[in-house]
Amino acid sequence: MATVTLQDIRKSYGPTEVIHGVSIDIADGEFVVLVGPSGCGKSTLLRMVAGLESVTSGTLRIGERVVNDLEPAERDIAMVFQNYALYPHMSVRNNLAYGLKNRGFARAEIDRRVAEAAAMLEIAPYLDRKPGQLSGGQRQRVAMGRALVREPAAFLFDEPLSNLDAKLRIQMRVEIRRLQRRVGTTSLYVTHDQIEALTLADRLVVLNGGVVEQIGTPEEVFDRPATIFVAGFIGTPPMNMVPVDWLRGKGELDAVPAAADVVGIRPDDLDLEAPPGSHLTLPATLELLEPAGAESHLYVRLDGLDQPATVRTQGRPALADGARLALHVRPEALHPFVKATGRRA
Amino acid sequence: MAEPTMVGAGRSGQAAAHLILVLGAVVIAFPIWYVFVASTHSLQTILRPPLPMLPGSEGIANYSEALGGGINRIGGVSVGRLLWNTAFVATAIAVGKILISITSAYAIVFFRFPLRMVFFWLIFITLMLPVEVRILPTYKVMVDLGLIDTYAGLILPLIASATATLLFRQFFMTIPNELLEAARVDGAGPWRFFKDILLPLSATNIAALFVILFIYGWTQYLWPLLVTNSNSMNTIVIALRKMISFADADTPWHLVMVTCVLAILPPILVVVLMQRWFVKGLVETEK
Repeated sequence: MATVTLQDIRKSYGPTEVIHGVSIDIADGEFVVLVGPSGCGKSTLLRMVAGLESVTSGTLRIGERVVNDLEPAERDIAMVFQNYALYPHMSVRNNLAYGLKNRGFARAEIDRRVAEAAAMLEIAPYLDRKPGQLSGGQRQRVAMGRALVREPAAFLFDEPLSNLDAKLRIQMRVEIRRLQRRVGTTSLYVTHDQIEALTLADRLVVLNGGVVEQIGTPEEVFDRPATIFVAGFIGTPPMNMVPVDWLRGKGELDAVPAAADVVGIRPDDLDLEAPPGSHLTLPATLELLEPAGAESHLYVRLDGLDQPATVRTQGRPALADGARLALHVRPEALHPFVKATGRRA
Repeated sequence: MAEPTMVGAGRSGQAAAHLILVLGAVVIAFPIWYVFVASTHSLQTILRPPLPMLPGSEGIANYSEALGGGINRIGGVSVGRLLWNTAFVATAIAVGKILISITSAYAIVFFRFPLRMVFFWLIFITLMLPVEVRILPTYKVMVDLGLIDTYAGLILPLIASATATLLFRQFFMTIPNELLEAARVDGAGPWRFFKDILLPLSATNIAALFVILFIYGWTQYLWPLLVTNSNSMNTIVIALRKMISFADADTPWHLVMVTCVLAILPPILVVVLMQRWFVKGLVETEK
């Protein structure tokens, strides 16, 4: 177990820089999730920590050691790949044992660790099967088992759940979290799925275009997004953006700093009924009502604005398309941003 | 699975199809049968037409004479010796070709080094230079190295194989990159990755190639003809040619027929024994 420290890490392919100086401190035993849209550099960053990509500049530490120029095998990390990358010709047992054999562990110690990991992941009945005979979920467990037996300083996960169907993904998500809590190994996890990120992480790192947009706990990132990008990326449906000028005269705006020129409002914070206390009231027209089980999504057009907005509400309001609405929002639910810098005001 | 419906799938259609198949099989098998029959008769019977259609009684005598005794027309060398020569050369060519091509394909696919693509194209270009084209310089090299009438002289010039290298290259390129990365994280160096992961995954390809290359080595004619003078270093195909004289009466036809039968048996055996692997290697997609 160890800390993992990234200090002004940069990565260039030829003249093109793709990671523009990323610094992250991961505490011992912490579960950090790197999240961002595809092409944001999150996988590249993870692969640099693993040693599968070279570090162009900056300092990468695992524990006290600077590992910039070490081979992956020398970094004391274990990685879980998106497509599992199990050795297809080896039994599950040998898949788990291979890394230990290469490191010269004694037979008895290998057997002990494999048995322990197999019991923990409930794959003991399949130890003598080949990966081709296993289901997707079972293969995923074997891939995690291969990381687990190594008892490394850090786990690296590269979108490990994206090849599973939705139901299995939720189940494995819970299991990964439980497992990590149990063994307490420092973990770095890459995903583009914000639900996965919010549910798994002790801390989130939101990346965009090779730059860190925000680092914080899931609550901090969700409740106080640092940039317009984070506001739009975290949370479904995404946050609505409304110009401050349009809000003037619709209620109290004291909470919005003078520098802010755009305000974000989460779809959940737009109410169809007026809440008690001070609030803003926004006139709108319902364009489409989309029932989604226990909740409903309302696609509305705010009077005088071009872009549509989304409202999420519990139950199924009895409204026809084209209905006139008054949407209410409390002033503390407004997220003020400066459009020019993209940052929170 | 339902039988695919085809034109003439009725009873009469099937009968016709079978008739044609049986005819084809007979036409192909007949010469081989004829050779086998001839190998079991005495020379006198063979030379006095018509030749019987059924095996005769001289089989055991003919085969033991050829295998043990030695044949005068080729300097008293036994067919046993010829079989050994050919089997050794064909196996060495097949194994050597596989060894060279799998390692060069490994280098080209999995390593980054200067002039990598130049080397790849150099190998590729040799496809245009079969043995026949480079036969004079190759022969000169063999003479200079003193390799005439040696196994090395029979084997070495035929070992380099661009085709096998390209086949292995294509196969290696289908191996997911993550597998290589997982092995790196698991502490496998280049040699371990080759031995523990690449070789086992290539097993079916290697088997298929072995069958093809063994037969290629077994049926070599031009090069063994040039590079061997001594009768005891002949391969079976060359010896067969040497046994036959222009004068019919000089030719020990019964022994020629025995040699023919013995010459086709090992390749057939290799194909039959390795057929399961061979087919698997050609159709396999599981990775």
